[in-house]
Amino acid sequence: MSAATMVNPAIGVAGRFGAYGGRYVPETLMAALEELEAAYAEAEADPAFHAELDGLLHHYCGRPTPLYFAKRLSEQLGGAKIYLKREDLLHTGAHKINNALGQGLLARRMGKQRIIAETGAGQHGVATATVCALLGLECVIYMGDEDMRRQELNVYRMRLLGADVRGVSAGSATLKDAISEAMRDWVTNVRSTYYILGSALGAHPYPTMVRNFHRVIGIEARQQVLEMEGKLPTAIVACVGGGSNAIGAFYEFLPDANVQLIGVEAGGRGTALGEHAARFQTAGGGVPGVLQGTYSYVLQNDAGQVSLTHSVSAGLDYASVGPEHAMLHDSGRATYVSCNDADALAATVTLARTEGILPALESAHAVAEAIRLAPTMLKTDVLMVNLSGRGDKDMGILARELNLQGALAHAD
Amino acid sequence: MPINFAKKPGIVAYLTAGDPDLETTKAIALAAIDNGADVIELGVPFSDPLADGPVIQRASERAVAKGTRLTDVLAVAKELRAERPECGLVIFSYLNPVVRMGMEKFCAAAAEAGADGVLLTDMIVEEAGEYLESMRTHGLAPIFLAAPTSPDARLKAIAESSKGFVYAISRVGVTGTQQQVAGDASELVARLRRFTELPIAVGFGISNAAHVKAVGEFADAAIIGSALVALIEKTSPEQAATAVGEFIAGLRG
Repeated sequence: MSAATMVNPAIGVAGRFGAYGGRYVPETLMAALEELEAAYAEAEADPAFHAELDGLLHHYCGRPTPLYFAKRLSEQLGGAKIYLKREDLLHTGAHKINNALGQGLLARRMGKQRIIAETGAGQHGVATATVCALLGLECVIYMGDEDMRRQELNVYRMRLLGADVRGVSAGSATLKDAISEAMRDWVTNVRSTYYILGSALGAHPYPTMVRNFHRVIGIEARQQVLEMEGKLPTAIVACVGGGSNAIGAFYEFLPDANVQLIGVEAGGRGTALGEHAARFQTAGGGVPGVLQGTYSYVLQNDAGQVSLTHSVSAGLDYASVGPEHAMLHDSGRATYVSCNDADALAATVTLARTEGILPALESAHAVAEAIRLAPTMLKTDVLMVNLSGRGDKDMGILARELNLQGALAHAD
Repeated sequence: MPINFAKKPGIVAYLTAGDPDLETTKAIALAAIDNGADVIELGVPFSDPLADGPVIQRASERAVAKGTRLTDVLAVAKELRAERPECGLVIFSYLNPVVRMGMEKFCAAAAEAGADGVLLTDMIVEEAGEYLESMRTHGLAPIFLAAPTSPDARLKAIAESSKGFVYAISRVGVTGTQQQVAGDASELVARLRRFTELPIAVGFGISNAAHVKAVGEFADAAIIGSALVALIEKTSPEQAATAVGEFIAGLRG
């Protein structure tokens, strides 16, 4: 399919990012997507909606988040000045609350009492469960069995907050399968239910709406870096699963052609299909296709069956990627690299021991790329990393992978 | 055009191709046709069947695991067409396997195999520009889904973009069985009638003779999917064609 000609010229459709995006869903969901699109447009134009959202982002979530100069890390690497945008300090521990809060307020405005969401690492699930508790809404979270196992602490958090967490055993029992199950719930309960999709994925208007709720990251960072350095950053690095934190960090800088935008995908444990989640990887990477409502790069075999993926980080472990990133990739405005499991784990340790900051394994992929990049840059360069989440949720994985139990035994 | 429902109500039989294997799928399809199915929907198995309930999900998973490809499904279609020139034949797929093959190449191959129509689960009319053009070029009938939630303006666009028949979804939700035909279905068919003279077939949750009779009172045909796939799941491959044949024969009471 040459995507440019896919759209029916007689009717037309919104929600395109170049060739990518669009709406590829069962017809039953179309009325709900049209209702959502209209309600979002109305809310977006309503100052009262923004006033309530901004108030909660400030008083409840802790925005603006700091832009922190990582002095020791920068000195140790001996190149660019590294700044961390501290989304890890937000309430619930990751950027995800920006979007969950925005969509939660929208759901309440639309009169929907029942909320469903998918989650991979559990951060979007926790954010959604939190917002539902705050707004008094019923909450059902779909999560792959494999992710429930490896992000167990977040499962407990969601349940404590009152959410009904439902395991999904299909496929690879990870994020992709949780999204499919959430869509099945939505198509069944479409008249009463609002689906808070957690990344810049899915059918229009989700990729645009989720990006807009995360734009605040880049808006703040732009102002902060200008105040602190008197200039724009040389480069911005962010991890990319579905791509919500990255698009939020990148968006305000898109017109600044001299600011490099670098997305970091999960390189997993190898370059063969099934061993990673690097959709933009040249060999063994994705090709354009349709998964879960949108046209974007998809890891798949030559018969169009979607591949299994692997990453140590549940939040990056997904076979497709937000359609706006597909457009930025093709246009060359952003570049996409990958970082493997081992380098992400090593970067976690490095950041913890030089700065006393424990990044989420997802965000550690961006930190790893910054560690690789900084020494190749000038001391006058500014390298900004979007530290999208904190790593408390990963302590089980880190204890196992880094043999921390053994280290503790020695310490005794 | 072989899509016609001479007997009322017509019967459309959905099969997940490659479950339990392609040879058995072909034998089952022949038995279904010989026992009264007017149209066969050959389902292309997909790794992520988000519009399907557990029964068709499991069948897809088994067929994908066996390596069933879109090209294999088209080969079965071609053999069916050669052996039963009068039956209606529809290729039923999620979009991605078709996109991977290439829309134009797929439509050419489906026409060459002798298919009458195509139904793409996650293709809505707004996105169907290139699809409709290729379908027209190759003389194939695009069949779109209509849902109880579709407002009239969408039903009109769906009716005008469809050929062969319109697939009316009996209720909100995924594929799978239910106790009785939902009230949603007759209302949807009545709304659709205002926009089209094409036959209207009702699917989702139609699993026995009583359902078929109920659908016959307000629509042209009943689509049987999960009930057949479940029957095939619990029957040995050697017995599957006979079992499906008897099941289809019993549907018109």
